[in-house]
Amino acid sequence: MVIDALDGGGRGHVGAALSIIEIVRVLYDDVLNVRPAEPRWPDRDRFILSKGHGCLGLYAMLADKGFFPRSEIAQQCRPGALLGGHPEIRTPGVEASTGALGHGLGIGLGMALAARMQKRNSRVFVLTGDGELNEGSVWESALIASKHALSNLCLIVDYNKMQSYGRVADILPLEPLAAKFEAFGFGVSEVDGHDVVALRQVFAAPGTPNRPRAVICHTVKGRGIPICEHNASWHHKAKLAPDQVAELRQALAVA
Amino acid sequence: MRDTSLRMVHELARRDPRVVFVGSDLGAGALDAMRREFPDRFYMEGVSEAAIIGLAAGLAMDGYIPYVNTIATFITRRCYEQVAVDLCLHNLPVRLIANGGGLVYAPLGPTHMAIEDLAIMRALPNMVVTAVADAEEMKRFMLATLDHPSPIYIRLGKGGDKVVTPADQVFTLGKAIELKPAKDLAFVATGVMASRALGAAALLAERGIEAGVLHVPTVKPLDDAAVLVLARRVPRLVTVEEHSRIGGLGSAVAELLIDNRLPTPLLRLALPDRFPEDYGSQEHLLEVAGLDPKGIAQSVLKP
Repeated sequence: MVIDALDGGGRGHVGAALSIIEIVRVLYDDVLNVRPAEPRWPDRDRFILSKGHGCLGLYAMLADKGFFPRSEIAQQCRPGALLGGHPEIRTPGVEASTGALGHGLGIGLGMALAARMQKRNSRVFVLTGDGELNEGSVWESALIASKHALSNLCLIVDYNKMQSYGRVADILPLEPLAAKFEAFGFGVSEVDGHDVVALRQVFAAPGTPNRPRAVICHTVKGRGIPICEHNASWHHKAKLAPDQVAELRQALAVA
Repeated sequence: MRDTSLRMVHELARRDPRVVFVGSDLGAGALDAMRREFPDRFYMEGVSEAAIIGLAAGLAMDGYIPYVNTIATFITRRCYEQVAVDLCLHNLPVRLIANGGGLVYAPLGPTHMAIEDLAIMRALPNMVVTAVADAEEMKRFMLATLDHPSPIYIRLGKGGDKVVTPADQVFTLGKAIELKPAKDLAFVATGVMASRALGAAALLAERGIEAGVLHVPTVKPLDDAAVLVLARRVPRLVTVEEHSRIGGLGSAVAELLIDNRLPTPLLRLALPDRFPEDYGSQEHLLEVAGLDPKGIAQSVLKP
Protein backbone atom coordinates (compact mmCIF):
# COMPACT_ATOMS: atom_id res chain seq x y z
CA MET A 1 0.00 0.00 0.00
CA VAL A 2 2.93 2.35 0.66
CA ILE A 3 4.06 1.83 -2.92
CA ASP A 4 0.50 2.34 -4.18
CA ALA A 5 0.50 5.68 -2.40
CA LEU A 6 3.87 6.62 -3.87
CA ASP A 7 2.67 5.56 -7.30
CA GLY A 8 -0.63 7.42 -7.00
CA GLY A 9 0.76 10.62 -5.52
CA GLY A 10 4.04 10.53 -7.40
CA ARG A 11 5.90 11.49 -4.24
CA GLY A 12 6.50 10.62 -0.62
CA HIS A 13 8.98 10.06 2.19
CA VAL A 14 9.81 6.50 1.20
CA GLY A 15 12.53 5.49 3.61
CA ALA A 16 10.87 7.12 6.59
CA ALA A 17 7.67 5.15 5.98
CA LEU A 18 9.38 1.82 5.45
CA SER A 19 11.36 1.94 8.69
CA ILE A 20 8.20 2.16 10.84
CA ILE A 21 6.03 -0.49 9.14
CA GLU A 22 6.50 -3.23 11.73
CA ILE A 23 6.24 -0.79 14.65
CA VAL A 24 2.93 0.55 13.43
CA ARG A 25 1.73 -2.96 12.55
CA VAL A 26 2.35 -4.24 16.07
CA LEU A 27 0.84 -1.14 17.68
CA TYR A 28 -2.43 -1.43 15.76
CA ASP A 29 -2.59 -5.25 15.84
CA ASP A 30 -1.59 -5.91 19.43
CA VAL A 31 -1.20 -2.77 21.53
CA LEU A 32 -3.57 0.10 20.84
CA ASN A 33 -7.10 0.04 22.18
CA VAL A 34 -8.86 1.84 19.33
CA ARG A 35 -12.15 1.56 17.45
CA PRO A 36 -11.86 2.21 13.70
CA ALA A 37 -15.62 2.76 13.43
CA GLU A 38 -15.52 5.24 16.30
CA PRO A 39 -12.20 7.06 15.90
CA ARG A 40 -12.94 9.72 18.53
CA TRP A 41 -14.04 7.23 21.24
CA PRO A 42 -12.90 9.04 24.42
CA ASP A 43 -11.35 6.04 26.16
CA ARG A 44 -9.15 5.06 23.21
CA ASP A 45 -5.38 4.93 23.33
CA ARG A 46 -3.75 7.77 21.41
CA PHE A 47 -1.06 7.29 18.80
CA ILE A 48 0.74 10.38 17.51
CA LEU A 49 3.03 10.00 14.53
CA SER A 50 5.32 12.84 15.52
CA LYS A 51 7.60 12.07 12.57
CA GLY A 52 4.74 13.04 10.28
CA HIS A 53 6.80 12.39 7.17
CA GLY A 54 6.43 8.67 7.88
CA CYS A 55 2.70 9.01 7.19
CA LEU A 56 2.58 6.52 4.31
CA GLY A 57 3.29 3.80 6.86
CA LEU A 58 0.48 5.07 9.08
CA TYR A 59 -1.99 5.55 6.22
CA ALA A 60 -1.48 1.95 5.08
CA MET A 61 -2.21 0.69 8.59
CA LEU A 62 -5.26 2.93 9.16
CA ALA A 63 -6.72 1.85 5.80
CA ASP A 64 -6.00 -1.79 6.62
CA LYS A 65 -7.86 -1.38 9.91
CA GLY A 66 -10.81 0.28 8.21
CA PHE A 67 -10.47 3.87 9.47
CA PHE A 68 -11.02 4.97 5.85
CA PRO A 69 -11.36 3.21 2.47
CA ARG A 70 -8.26 1.73 0.91
CA SER A 71 -9.08 3.58 -2.28
CA GLU A 72 -7.88 6.80 -0.59
CA ILE A 73 -4.32 5.51 -0.53
CA ALA A 74 -3.59 5.96 -4.23
CA GLN A 75 -5.03 9.50 -4.10
CA GLN A 76 -2.51 10.85 -1.56
CA CYS A 77 -1.27 14.37 -2.26
CA ARG A 78 -3.66 14.82 -5.19
CA PRO A 79 -6.11 17.75 -5.32
CA GLY A 80 -9.13 16.97 -3.16
CA ALA A 81 -7.46 13.96 -1.52
CA LEU A 82 -8.17 12.90 2.06
CA LEU A 83 -4.50 12.09 2.60
CA GLY A 84 -1.65 14.57 2.30
CA GLY A 85 2.11 14.41 2.55
CA HIS A 86 1.86 14.72 6.33
CA PRO A 87 -0.91 13.48 8.65
CA GLU A 88 -3.78 15.83 9.49
CA ILE A 89 -6.57 15.42 12.00
CA ARG A 90 -9.25 15.51 9.30
CA THR A 91 -8.16 11.94 8.51
CA PRO A 92 -9.99 9.45 10.73
CA GLY A 93 -7.53 7.84 13.13
CA VAL A 94 -4.99 10.67 13.01
CA GLU A 95 -4.70 12.23 16.49
CA ALA A 96 -2.56 15.27 15.69
CA SER A 97 -1.51 17.15 12.59
CA THR A 98 2.23 16.72 12.39
CA GLY A 99 4.99 17.34 9.90
CA ALA A 100 6.88 20.03 11.76
CA LEU A 101 9.21 17.95 13.93
CA GLY A 102 9.38 18.04 17.70
CA HIS A 103 5.68 18.64 18.38
CA GLY A 104 4.31 15.17 19.14
CA LEU A 105 5.76 14.60 22.58
CA GLY A 106 4.50 17.94 23.90
CA ILE A 107 0.99 17.23 22.65
CA GLY A 108 1.25 13.67 23.98
CA LEU A 109 2.18 15.10 27.39
CA GLY A 110 -1.04 17.07 27.46
CA MET A 111 -3.07 14.03 26.38
CA ALA A 112 -1.44 11.85 29.03
CA LEU A 113 -2.12 14.46 31.73
CA ALA A 114 -5.70 14.80 30.51
CA ALA A 115 -6.19 11.03 30.75
CA ARG A 116 -4.88 11.08 34.30
CA MET A 117 -7.08 14.03 35.31
CA GLN A 118 -10.14 12.42 33.73
CA LYS A 119 -9.29 9.05 35.29
CA ARG A 120 -9.25 7.35 31.91
CA ASN A 121 -7.01 4.36 31.24
CA SER A 122 -5.99 5.75 27.87
CA ARG A 123 -2.32 5.43 27.06
CA VAL A 124 -0.47 7.77 24.73
CA PHE A 125 2.14 6.56 22.24
CA VAL A 126 4.32 9.06 20.40
CA LEU A 127 6.55 7.91 17.55
CA THR A 128 9.47 10.21 16.72
CA GLY A 129 12.28 9.90 14.26
CA ASP A 130 15.90 9.97 15.32
CA GLY A 131 16.66 13.18 13.43
CA GLU A 132 13.65 14.61 15.23
CA LEU A 133 15.50 14.21 18.52
CA ASN A 134 17.65 17.15 17.38
CA GLU A 135 14.72 19.37 18.35
CA GLY A 136 15.05 20.90 21.81
CA SER A 137 11.29 20.76 22.33
CA VAL A 138 11.52 16.95 22.58
CA TRP A 139 13.86 17.25 25.54
CA GLU A 140 11.81 19.97 27.21
CA SER A 141 8.84 17.63 26.96
CA ALA A 142 10.90 14.72 28.26
CA LEU A 143 11.75 16.71 31.41
CA ILE A 144 8.08 17.45 32.02
CA ALA A 145 6.96 13.86 31.34
CA SER A 146 9.43 12.66 33.91
CA LYS A 147 8.42 15.29 36.47
CA HIS A 148 4.80 14.12 36.26
CA ALA A 149 5.76 10.41 36.34
CA LEU A 150 3.61 9.82 33.26
CA SER A 151 3.65 6.05 33.08
CA ASN A 152 0.78 6.28 30.56
CA LEU A 153 3.08 8.00 28.06
CA CYS A 154 5.34 6.01 25.75
CA LEU A 155 7.88 7.58 23.42
CA ILE A 156 8.91 5.33 20.55
CA VAL A 157 12.05 6.28 18.65
CA ASP A 158 12.48 5.08 15.08
CA TYR A 159 16.24 4.89 15.29
CA ASN A 160 17.15 4.21 11.68
CA LYS A 161 20.46 6.06 12.04
CA MET A 162 19.79 8.18 8.97
CA GLN A 163 18.41 11.68 8.67
CA SER A 164 17.69 13.75 5.58
CA TYR A 165 21.23 14.77 4.71
CA GLY A 166 23.03 11.63 5.81
CA ARG A 167 24.05 9.58 8.82
CA VAL A 168 22.83 10.67 12.26
CA ALA A 169 26.31 9.90 13.57
CA ASP A 170 27.77 12.52 11.21
CA ILE A 171 25.13 15.23 11.38
CA LEU A 172 24.18 15.36 15.05
CA PRO A 173 25.15 12.25 17.02
CA LEU A 174 22.65 10.99 19.60
CA GLU A 175 24.68 8.38 21.41
CA PRO A 176 24.49 7.26 24.13
CA LEU A 177 20.78 7.53 23.41
CA ALA A 178 19.38 5.01 25.90
CA ALA A 179 21.48 6.58 28.66
CA LYS A 180 20.13 10.01 27.75
CA PHE A 181 16.53 8.89 28.19
CA GLU A 182 17.42 7.07 31.40
CA ALA A 183 19.01 10.24 32.69
CA PHE A 184 15.82 12.10 31.79
CA GLY A 185 13.88 9.70 34.00
CA PHE A 186 12.42 7.32 31.42
CA GLY A 187 12.14 3.56 31.66
CA VAL A 188 14.04 2.55 28.53
CA SER A 189 13.82 -0.53 26.30
CA GLU A 190 15.75 -1.23 23.11
CA VAL A 191 14.42 -3.52 20.43
CA ASP A 192 14.89 -4.53 16.82
CA GLY A 193 12.18 -2.39 15.24
CA HIS A 194 11.62 -4.89 12.42
CA ASP A 195 11.22 -7.93 14.70
CA VAL A 196 7.48 -8.25 15.16
CA VAL A 197 7.74 -10.82 17.95
CA ALA A 198 10.28 -8.76 19.88
CA LEU A 199 8.17 -5.60 19.45
CA ARG A 200 5.12 -7.42 20.79
CA GLN A 201 7.08 -8.57 23.82
CA VAL A 202 8.40 -5.08 24.56
CA PHE A 203 4.97 -3.48 24.42
CA ALA A 204 3.33 -6.31 26.37
CA ALA A 205 5.86 -6.01 29.21
CA PRO A 206 4.89 -3.72 32.08
CA GLY A 207 6.74 -0.43 32.10
CA THR A 208 8.73 0.96 34.99
CA PRO A 209 6.27 2.22 37.63
CA ASN A 210 5.90 6.00 37.77
CA ARG A 211 8.11 6.58 34.78
CA PRO A 212 7.34 7.51 31.20
CA ARG A 213 8.58 4.93 28.74
CA ALA A 214 11.03 5.20 25.89
CA VAL A 215 11.23 2.32 23.40
CA ILE A 216 14.22 2.75 21.13
CA CYS A 217 13.57 0.80 17.95
CA HIS A 218 16.66 0.00 15.93
CA THR A 219 15.50 0.12 12.36
CA VAL A 220 16.71 0.34 8.80
CA LYS A 221 15.63 3.28 6.72
CA GLY A 222 13.97 2.01 3.54
CA ARG A 223 13.68 -1.46 5.05
CA GLY A 224 12.82 -4.25 2.64
CA ILE A 225 13.86 -2.51 -0.54
CA PRO A 226 17.57 -2.85 -1.26
CA ILE A 227 17.92 0.33 -3.32
CA CYS A 228 16.37 2.38 -0.49
CA GLU A 229 17.99 0.81 2.55
CA HIS A 230 20.41 3.12 4.36
CA ASN A 231 20.17 5.46 1.38
CA ALA A 232 19.66 9.14 2.21
CA SER A 233 18.57 9.92 -1.35
CA TRP A 234 15.42 7.89 -0.64
CA HIS A 235 14.46 10.05 2.37
CA HIS A 236 12.00 11.89 0.14
CA LYS A 237 11.17 11.43 -3.53
CA ALA A 238 9.22 14.12 -5.34
CA LYS A 239 9.35 12.72 -8.86
CA LEU A 240 9.02 8.98 -8.97
CA ALA A 241 9.43 7.52 -12.43
CA PRO A 242 7.34 4.48 -13.42
CA ASP A 243 10.45 2.32 -13.64
CA GLN A 244 11.39 3.27 -10.06
CA VAL A 245 7.93 2.26 -8.85
CA ALA A 246 8.30 -1.02 -10.76
CA GLU A 247 11.65 -1.57 -9.08
CA LEU A 248 10.13 -0.97 -5.64
CA ARG A 249 7.34 -3.46 -6.35
CA GLN A 250 9.80 -5.99 -7.70
CA ALA A 251 11.92 -5.73 -4.57
CA LEU A 252 8.94 -6.67 -2.45
CA ALA A 253 7.77 -9.18 -5.10
CA VAL A 254 4.28 -7.71 -5.16
CA ALA A 255 2.11 -7.08 -8.20
CA MET B 1 -4.35 44.18 34.75
CA ARG B 2 -2.14 41.12 35.04
CA ASP B 3 -3.31 40.40 38.57
CA THR B 4 -6.90 40.81 37.46
CA SER B 5 -6.37 38.49 34.53
CA LEU B 6 -4.86 35.75 36.69
CA ARG B 7 -7.46 36.21 39.40
CA MET B 8 -10.08 35.76 36.71
CA VAL B 9 -8.45 32.48 35.62
CA HIS B 10 -8.96 31.31 39.19
CA GLU B 11 -12.55 32.56 39.12
CA LEU B 12 -13.20 30.80 35.81
CA ALA B 13 -11.68 27.62 37.26
CA ARG B 14 -14.24 27.80 40.05
CA ARG B 15 -17.04 28.14 37.54
CA ASP B 16 -15.88 25.57 35.02
CA PRO B 17 -14.00 22.30 35.63
CA ARG B 18 -12.44 22.50 32.16
CA VAL B 19 -10.28 25.50 33.07
CA VAL B 20 -6.59 24.72 33.65
CA PHE B 21 -3.71 27.11 34.34
CA VAL B 22 -0.29 26.50 32.79
CA GLY B 23 2.64 28.76 33.65
CA SER B 24 6.30 28.59 32.71
CA ASP B 25 8.47 29.87 35.55
CA LEU B 26 6.52 32.82 36.85
CA GLY B 27 7.30 35.04 39.80
CA ALA B 28 7.16 33.31 43.17
CA GLY B 29 3.64 33.07 44.49
CA ALA B 30 1.91 33.71 41.17
CA LEU B 31 -1.69 32.56 41.38
CA ASP B 32 -1.03 30.78 44.69
CA ALA B 33 -4.70 30.92 45.60
CA MET B 34 -5.62 28.84 42.58
CA ARG B 35 -2.73 26.44 43.17
CA ARG B 36 -4.03 25.79 46.68
CA GLU B 37 -7.67 25.43 45.67
CA PHE B 38 -7.16 23.45 42.44
CA PRO B 39 -3.74 21.79 42.62
CA ASP B 40 -4.77 19.32 39.90
CA ARG B 41 -5.51 22.11 37.46
CA PHE B 42 -2.45 24.22 38.15
CA TYR B 43 0.76 23.53 36.20
CA MET B 44 4.06 25.36 36.50
CA GLU B 45 6.39 23.65 34.05
CA GLY B 46 9.59 25.64 33.84
CA VAL B 47 11.25 27.68 31.14
CA SER B 48 10.10 25.41 28.34
CA GLU B 49 7.65 27.36 26.22
CA ALA B 50 7.61 25.00 23.25
CA ALA B 51 6.70 22.00 25.39
CA ILE B 52 4.17 24.01 27.37
CA ILE B 53 2.25 25.06 24.27
CA GLY B 54 2.21 21.42 23.10
CA LEU B 55 1.07 20.32 26.54
CA ALA B 56 -1.73 22.88 26.49
CA ALA B 57 -2.75 21.68 23.01
CA GLY B 58 -2.93 18.08 24.21
CA LEU B 59 -5.06 19.11 27.19
CA ALA B 60 -7.38 21.09 24.93
CA MET B 61 -7.72 18.16 22.51
CA ASP B 62 -9.17 16.18 25.40
CA GLY B 63 -11.63 18.77 26.58
CA TYR B 64 -9.77 21.26 28.77
CA ILE B 65 -9.48 25.04 28.38
CA PRO B 66 -5.87 25.89 29.25
CA TYR B 67 -4.86 29.45 30.17
CA VAL B 68 -1.12 29.69 29.52
CA ASN B 69 0.86 32.52 31.04
CA THR B 70 4.35 33.86 30.59
CA ILE B 71 6.12 36.96 29.28
CA ALA B 72 4.76 38.21 25.95
CA THR B 73 7.98 37.90 23.96
CA PHE B 74 8.52 34.32 25.11
CA ILE B 75 4.97 33.14 24.48
CA THR B 76 5.07 34.53 20.92
CA ARG B 77 8.61 34.54 19.54
CA ARG B 78 10.05 31.50 21.30
CA CYS B 79 7.32 29.02 20.49
CA TYR B 80 5.81 30.53 17.36
CA GLU B 81 5.70 27.22 15.50
CA GLN B 82 3.96 25.50 18.41
CA VAL B 83 1.44 28.33 18.55
CA ALA B 84 0.91 28.12 14.77
CA VAL B 85 0.73 24.33 14.45
CA ASP B 86 -0.37 22.96 17.81
CA LEU B 87 -2.89 25.70 18.63
CA CYS B 88 -3.97 27.43 15.42
CA LEU B 89 -3.86 24.57 12.92
CA HIS B 90 -5.81 22.38 15.35
CA ASN B 91 -7.97 25.40 16.26
CA LEU B 92 -7.95 24.70 19.99
CA PRO B 93 -9.40 26.79 22.84
CA VAL B 94 -6.07 27.67 24.47
CA ARG B 95 -5.58 31.19 25.90
CA LEU B 96 -2.17 32.85 25.87
CA ILE B 97 -1.86 35.44 28.63
CA ALA B 98 1.10 37.60 27.67
CA ASN B 99 2.77 39.65 30.40
CA GLY B 100 4.22 42.99 29.42
CA GLY B 101 2.77 43.77 26.02
CA GLY B 102 4.48 46.63 24.22
CA LEU B 103 7.02 48.65 26.21
CA VAL B 104 6.08 47.55 29.74
CA TYR B 105 9.46 45.92 30.32
CA ALA B 106 11.35 49.04 29.21
CA PRO B 107 14.09 48.68 31.85
CA LEU B 108 14.80 45.11 30.71
CA GLY B 109 15.61 45.93 27.11
CA PRO B 110 14.59 44.65 23.69
CA THR B 111 14.52 40.92 24.54
CA HIS B 112 11.58 41.65 26.85
CA MET B 113 9.64 44.24 24.88
CA ALA B 114 6.85 42.81 22.75
CA ILE B 115 6.67 45.27 19.89
CA GLU B 116 5.53 42.91 17.10
CA ASP B 117 3.35 40.45 19.05
CA LEU B 118 0.07 41.71 17.62
CA ALA B 119 1.44 41.42 14.08
CA ILE B 120 2.76 37.89 14.32
CA MET B 121 -0.27 36.61 16.24
CA ARG B 122 -2.63 38.37 13.82
CA ALA B 123 -1.00 36.60 10.87
CA LEU B 124 -2.02 33.18 12.20
CA PRO B 125 -5.34 31.72 11.00
CA ASN B 126 -7.88 31.06 13.81
CA MET B 127 -6.04 33.23 16.36
CA VAL B 128 -8.02 35.92 18.17
CA VAL B 129 -5.80 38.86 19.16
CA THR B 130 -6.78 41.07 22.07
CA ALA B 131 -5.46 44.01 24.09
CA VAL B 132 -7.89 45.41 26.63
CA ALA B 133 -7.50 48.92 28.06
CA ASP B 134 -7.75 48.48 31.82
CA ALA B 135 -8.31 46.03 34.66
CA GLU B 136 -12.07 46.57 34.74
CA GLU B 137 -12.38 45.71 31.08
CA MET B 138 -10.12 42.72 31.72
CA LYS B 139 -12.70 41.28 34.11
CA ARG B 140 -15.47 41.54 31.55
CA PHE B 141 -13.21 40.28 28.78
CA MET B 142 -12.02 37.20 30.68
CA LEU B 143 -15.62 36.05 31.12
CA ALA B 144 -16.02 36.24 27.35
CA THR B 145 -12.98 33.99 26.78
CA LEU B 146 -14.43 30.90 28.44
CA ASP B 147 -16.48 29.44 25.63
CA HIS B 148 -14.73 30.77 22.58
CA PRO B 149 -13.71 27.76 20.43
CA SER B 150 -10.43 29.19 19.05
CA PRO B 151 -7.08 30.23 20.54
CA ILE B 152 -6.93 33.72 22.04
CA TYR B 153 -3.87 35.92 22.51
CA ILE B 154 -4.29 38.19 25.54
CA ARG B 155 -1.89 41.13 25.70
CA LEU B 156 -1.47 42.54 29.19
CA GLY B 157 -0.59 46.07 30.18
CA LYS B 158 1.64 47.09 33.04
CA GLY B 159 -0.98 47.19 35.76
CA GLY B 160 -2.49 50.21 37.43
CA ASP B 161 -3.52 51.43 33.99
CA LYS B 162 -6.08 54.22 34.07
CA VAL B 163 -9.64 52.88 33.85
CA VAL B 164 -11.25 54.32 30.74
CA THR B 165 -13.87 51.74 29.78
CA PRO B 166 -17.47 52.13 31.02
CA ALA B 167 -18.71 49.77 33.71
CA ASP B 168 -21.81 48.97 31.66
CA GLN B 169 -19.74 47.70 28.72
CA VAL B 170 -20.96 44.34 27.48
CA PHE B 171 -17.76 42.73 26.27
CA THR B 172 -18.08 40.88 23.00
CA LEU B 173 -15.05 39.45 21.22
CA GLY B 174 -14.69 41.29 17.92
CA LYS B 175 -16.60 44.39 19.03
CA ALA B 176 -15.06 47.84 19.37
CA ILE B 177 -16.36 50.42 21.81
CA GLU B 178 -16.78 54.14 21.30
CA LEU B 179 -15.24 55.92 24.27
CA LYS B 180 -15.80 59.41 22.84
CA PRO B 181 -17.89 60.42 19.85
CA ALA B 182 -15.98 61.79 16.86
CA LYS B 183 -16.56 64.81 14.66
CA ASP B 184 -13.37 66.21 13.14
CA LEU B 185 -11.30 63.08 13.48
CA ALA B 186 -11.44 59.70 15.16
CA PHE B 187 -8.70 57.94 17.06
CA VAL B 188 -8.77 54.17 16.73
CA ALA B 189 -6.72 52.76 19.60
CA THR B 190 -6.05 49.42 21.25
CA GLY B 191 -4.88 48.34 24.70
CA VAL B 192 -3.67 50.99 27.09
CA MET B 193 -3.36 53.47 24.22
CA ALA B 194 -7.08 54.14 24.56
CA SER B 195 -6.30 56.32 27.58
CA ARG B 196 -3.55 58.18 25.68
CA ALA B 197 -5.93 58.77 22.77
CA LEU B 198 -8.49 60.17 25.21
CA GLY B 199 -5.78 62.42 26.64
CA ALA B 200 -4.85 63.60 23.15
CA ALA B 201 -8.51 64.22 22.35
CA ALA B 202 -8.76 66.46 25.44
CA LEU B 203 -5.70 68.46 24.30
CA LEU B 204 -7.15 68.82 20.80
CA ALA B 205 -10.49 69.98 22.22
CA GLU B 206 -8.65 72.97 23.69
CA ARG B 207 -7.83 73.90 20.11
CA GLY B 208 -11.39 73.46 18.94
CA ILE B 209 -10.84 70.07 17.32
CA GLU B 210 -13.43 67.44 18.24
CA ALA B 211 -11.65 64.11 18.21
CA GLY B 212 -13.40 60.86 19.10
CA VAL B 213 -11.94 57.61 20.37
CA LEU B 214 -12.86 54.13 19.21
CA HIS B 215 -11.27 51.54 21.48
CA VAL B 216 -10.51 48.22 19.77
CA PRO B 217 -9.86 45.54 22.39
CA THR B 218 -10.03 42.85 19.72
CA VAL B 219 -7.46 43.60 17.04
CA LYS B 220 -8.44 40.35 15.30
CA PRO B 221 -11.17 39.89 14.34
CA LEU B 222 -11.36 43.63 13.82
CA ASP B 223 -14.77 45.26 14.25
CA ASP B 224 -14.95 46.08 10.54
CA ALA B 225 -18.43 47.58 10.77
CA ALA B 226 -17.52 50.04 13.54
CA VAL B 227 -14.37 51.21 11.77
CA LEU B 228 -16.12 51.54 8.42
CA VAL B 229 -18.95 53.59 9.91
CA LEU B 230 -16.36 56.00 11.30
CA ALA B 231 -14.37 56.06 8.09
CA ARG B 232 -17.46 57.04 6.13
CA ARG B 233 -18.58 59.69 8.60
CA VAL B 234 -15.41 61.31 9.93
CA PRO B 235 -12.90 63.22 7.77
CA ARG B 236 -9.83 61.56 9.22
CA LEU B 237 -8.78 58.40 11.12
CA VAL B 238 -5.74 58.14 13.39
CA THR B 239 -4.68 54.73 14.70
CA VAL B 240 -2.73 54.65 17.97
CA GLU B 241 -0.90 51.54 19.17
CA GLU B 242 2.01 50.57 21.42
CA HIS B 243 3.36 48.31 18.69
CA SER B 244 5.52 48.35 15.59
CA ARG B 245 3.97 50.25 12.71
CA ILE B 246 4.18 46.99 10.76
CA GLY B 247 1.32 44.54 11.03
CA GLY B 248 -0.62 45.80 14.03
CA LEU B 249 -3.80 47.83 14.44
CA GLY B 250 -2.75 50.53 11.96
CA SER B 251 -2.08 47.90 9.33
CA ALA B 252 -5.39 46.20 10.04
CA VAL B 253 -7.30 49.47 9.63
CA ALA B 254 -5.36 50.38 6.47
CA GLU B 255 -6.14 46.97 4.97
CA LEU B 256 -9.81 47.41 5.80
CA LEU B 257 -9.98 50.86 4.18
CA ILE B 258 -8.21 49.66 1.05
CA ASP B 259 -10.35 46.53 0.77
CA ASN B 260 -13.44 48.73 0.96
CA ARG B 261 -12.06 51.34 -1.46
CA LEU B 262 -12.43 54.12 1.09
CA PRO B 263 -10.24 57.18 0.58
CA THR B 264 -10.49 58.35 4.21
CA PRO B 265 -7.10 59.85 5.19
CA LEU B 266 -5.37 57.62 7.75
CA LEU B 267 -2.52 58.57 10.06
CA ARG B 268 -0.85 55.58 11.74
CA LEU B 269 0.83 56.39 15.06
CA ALA B 270 2.96 53.50 16.27
CA LEU B 271 6.48 52.50 17.22
CA PRO B 272 9.16 52.74 14.54
CA ASP B 273 10.38 49.59 12.79
CA ARG B 274 13.37 49.07 15.03
CA PHE B 275 14.17 47.43 18.34
CA PRO B 276 13.84 49.80 21.31
CA GLU B 277 17.21 51.38 22.01
CA ASP B 278 16.59 53.03 25.37
CA TYR B 279 15.61 51.97 28.90
CA GLY B 280 13.74 53.92 31.56
CA SER B 281 10.01 53.38 31.83
CA GLN B 282 7.14 52.51 29.54
CA GLU B 283 6.00 56.13 29.84
CA HIS B 284 9.44 57.38 28.83
CA LEU B 285 9.63 55.19 25.74
CA LEU B 286 6.08 56.13 24.74
CA GLU B 287 7.07 59.79 24.94
CA VAL B 288 10.18 59.17 22.84
CA ALA B 289 7.96 57.53 20.22
CA GLY B 290 5.45 60.39 20.35
CA LEU B 291 2.77 58.10 21.75
CA ASP B 292 1.96 60.09 24.90
CA PRO B 293 -1.11 62.37 24.74
CA LYS B 294 0.98 65.43 23.89
CA GLY B 295 2.96 63.63 21.19
CA ILE B 296 -0.20 62.19 19.69
CA ALA B 297 -1.88 65.60 19.61
CA GLN B 298 1.21 67.16 18.02
CA SER B 299 1.29 64.49 15.29
CA VAL B 300 -2.34 65.18 14.51
CA LEU B 301 -1.73 68.94 14.30
CA LYS B 302 1.25 68.60 11.96
CA PRO B 303 0.31 69.92 8.55
